Amino acid sequence: MSQTTASAGPGATPGSDDKLAHVLATFPEAKREYLIPILQAVQESQGFLSREAIVRIAGHLGLPASKVFGVATFYNQFRFQSQGRFNVQVCRGTACHVKGSAAVLNAVKRGLKVEPGQTTRDGVFSLEVVACIGACGLAPVITAGGDFHAAVQPDKVNRILQSYRKRAADDAA
Amino acid sequence: MIQIQVNNKTIEAKPGEMLLGALRRAGIQVPTLCNMEELLPTGACRMCVVEVEGAPALVPSCAFPVREGMKVKTHSQRAVRARKTILELLLANHPDDCLYCPRNGSCELQSLAENLGVRQRRYTGLKSQHKIDTSSPSLVRDPDKCILCGKCVRVCEEVQGVACLDFIGRGSQTTVGTAFNQGLNVSSCVACGQCIRVCPTGALSEQSHFRAMLNAIDDPEMTVCVQVAPAVSVTLGEEFGIKPGADIAGLLNAALRRLGFDYVFDTGFSADLTIMEEGSELVHRLQNGGRLPMLTSCSPGWIKFVEQFYPEMIPNLSTCKSPQQMLGAVVKGYFAERQKIDPAKIFTVSVMPCTAKKFEAGRAEMVRGDMADIDLVLTTRELARIIRMRGIDFNALEAETADTPFGERSSAGKLFGATGGVMEAAIRSAHFLVTGKEMENLKVQPVRGLEGIKTATVKVGEVELNVAVVSGLANARKLLEEIRAGRKDLHFIEVMTCPGGCINGGGQPIGTDLEAVKARMQALYRIDREEGVRVSHANPSVQRLYSEWLGKPMSDVSHKYLHTHYHAREVLK
Ligand code: SF4
Ligand code: SF4
Ligand code: SF4
Ligand code: FES
Repeated sequence: MSQTTASAGPGATPGSDDKLAHVLATFPEAKREYLIPILQAVQESQGFLSREAIVRIAGHLGLPASKVFGVATFYNQFRFQSQGRFNVQVCRGTACHVKGSAAVLNAVKRGLKVEPGQTTRDGVFSLEVVACIGACGLAPVITAGGDFHAAVQPDKVNRILQSYRKRAADDAA
Repeated sequence: MIQIQVNNKTIEAKPGEMLLGALRRAGIQVPTLCNMEELLPTGACRMCVVEVEGAPALVPSCAFPVREGMKVKTHSQRAVRARKTILELLLANHPDDCLYCPRNGSCELQSLAENLGVRQRRYTGLKSQHKIDTSSPSLVRDPDKCILCGKCVRVCEEVQGVACLDFIGRGSQTTVGTAFNQGLNVSSCVACGQCIRVCPTGALSEQSHFRAMLNAIDDPEMTVCVQVAPAVSVTLGEEFGIKPGADIAGLLNAALRRLGFDYVFDTGFSADLTIMEEGSELVHRLQNGGRLPMLTSCSPGWIKFVEQFYPEMIPNLSTCKSPQQMLGAVVKGYFAERQKIDPAKIFTVSVMPCTAKKFEAGRAEMVRGDMADIDLVLTTRELARIIRMRGIDFNALEAETADTPFGERSSAGKLFGATGGVMEAAIRSAHFLVTGKEMENLKVQPVRGLEGIKTATVKVGEVELNVAVVSGLANARKLLEEIRAGRKDLHFIEVMTCPGGCINGGGQPIGTDLEAVKARMQALYRIDREEGVRVSHANPSVQRLYSEWLGKPMSDVSHKYLHTHYHAREVLK
């Protein structure tokens, strides 16, 4: 539910309107079947689907905004907030599941106070659930800002997150 | 006709139709939740499953075409058990709030549970926890009670052409909501309430707050005036077990007096007034090269629709306020003066077949100074609820008449309750305004009936008037698109938001079918046939209002009280 709420999180305004216009211009024909390719192209260019982008895509295709939002939220691949400085991926593939990744995911959710698909208020983290990361030998595995963390236990999660918080704070200082 | 075998009996079916239709005609009741009259089946809820010999699994009868000689069992143990299980699964995450639910007693989910003999909770799922959306002045959405049947989504898109709702997310996380899960108030919702009418549960209902009205009734210093829309007297009876199509105007007046209203007026009066103003406006536009086609402005959902989707056509809208607003304005203007009552001590209530009227009454354009034309709008359903709450035995009442001066109406004013009615009334009076003579035959057949788009050419004096009558906003959209694309032949278009007009409005009794709507329509035509005063301009109270206060149609006083202007509106669309 909450991952489908496109709120005005950090960076919710798109980088540049022209960029959006540019992407739309590559789909000059307003055909319904271009909806998904357009959504993908816009996410590719902006990192996520902003509210403004969805409204403009709807306008471009002559579709109601509710329908475009409905379709976009149907697919896991689309996100509605910009990614945080560190994108945290929690693997929920079979091997990780067997090794207890559900508990790990819960620990991450508690630690970050966000649901999958969301970005923390300070913009440091975003959370994503992925199917199989292809590192089954390391299960349960999470990544943060591209780093792999192997055999993660729920009680280790906070320490991992803390190290990234520290990095973000150091960078800011 | 072909023959099929159902429960070991032979019944007739039309080639190509779905099984459900044939079953219904034969009086065999199979429950449905997602099926909608007149729209294609989706087969979403599976509530209507039956056994068909030779089919490997149960089939949804709403989406399964008949075949000559097919053998069907509708109430075999297997079919009934499957339906019960489907229902129990739907109930797994349901809040079980019946006692506190606006649909307690008129809920399809509730009565299905009873009919299928559900007596215990067999499945318990995680209860959904969504915020109730009370942002709209007309509607309340409680997503926790939604069973995802999709009817609101379809009616909003396919019948109303608005499409502010859709399924959001997927799997067990799916909900029905607006773009970005925002409140209905920032969406393109036009507040028509058609989604409430089709919703099988309490997930959609009207905003209902009438404490202020009850307080005003109890306050000896307040004069409380109520007006009743033309479509209400032919529908309210259904809430009290009277068959569709009975006109209970007299009982309704009596009930309103029992509730304590000081004056009972008829919106048919201001419908006549609307015709005087709007008819004159049309003639004025025709004679002075004004913007055409002129579009009627009685239906507030339609007004919002134009403001947000077709702002370039706002100048085409008649500047007339709707009859509800006109009556409020003359009550607080003329009536207050005449009775020597401080208008601030008048509380105006209207009983409407409509939820959008609640939105309209709150519009900034409908308030003069800090005084609203209308203080409170009740739907037909709410009035029925209040009558029951106050212990009034509706069927034991004796008929009474409405009060002067605004209780008097012509039968043309009454026709406003159905699609085509405004047009018919307008043609009658325009003819008189232009030629000085009444039409030979007052009945304007081509604008009657439930069809979504009707057109006609009528001769008014020397002029050939091309008119169109539309109901259901998806139909309006079709016509407006033609006009956008350059269609130029039309002079005057009547639009009612709800399919069939107010007799099928979003505030009308729940659970009615097309047959009921037809019966309501016939009731209005019957009233028109049987009454003496059949043209708006002959309404003596309207004539008096002009001679004593307004002067003539489109006068300065009229403009101050009875006309308004609309503006483009930004929404999520
Ligand atoms: S929607 Fe129906 S079943 Fe659900 S709480 Fe309301 S009355 Fe009861
Ligand atoms: S009230 Fe009308 S416009 Fe609004 S959601 Fe319901 S059907 Fe759609
Ligand atoms: S809100 Fe009502 S009509 Fe809409 S999907 Fe839910 S249950 Fe069906
Ligand atoms: S009524 Fe047939 S599937 Fe819903």
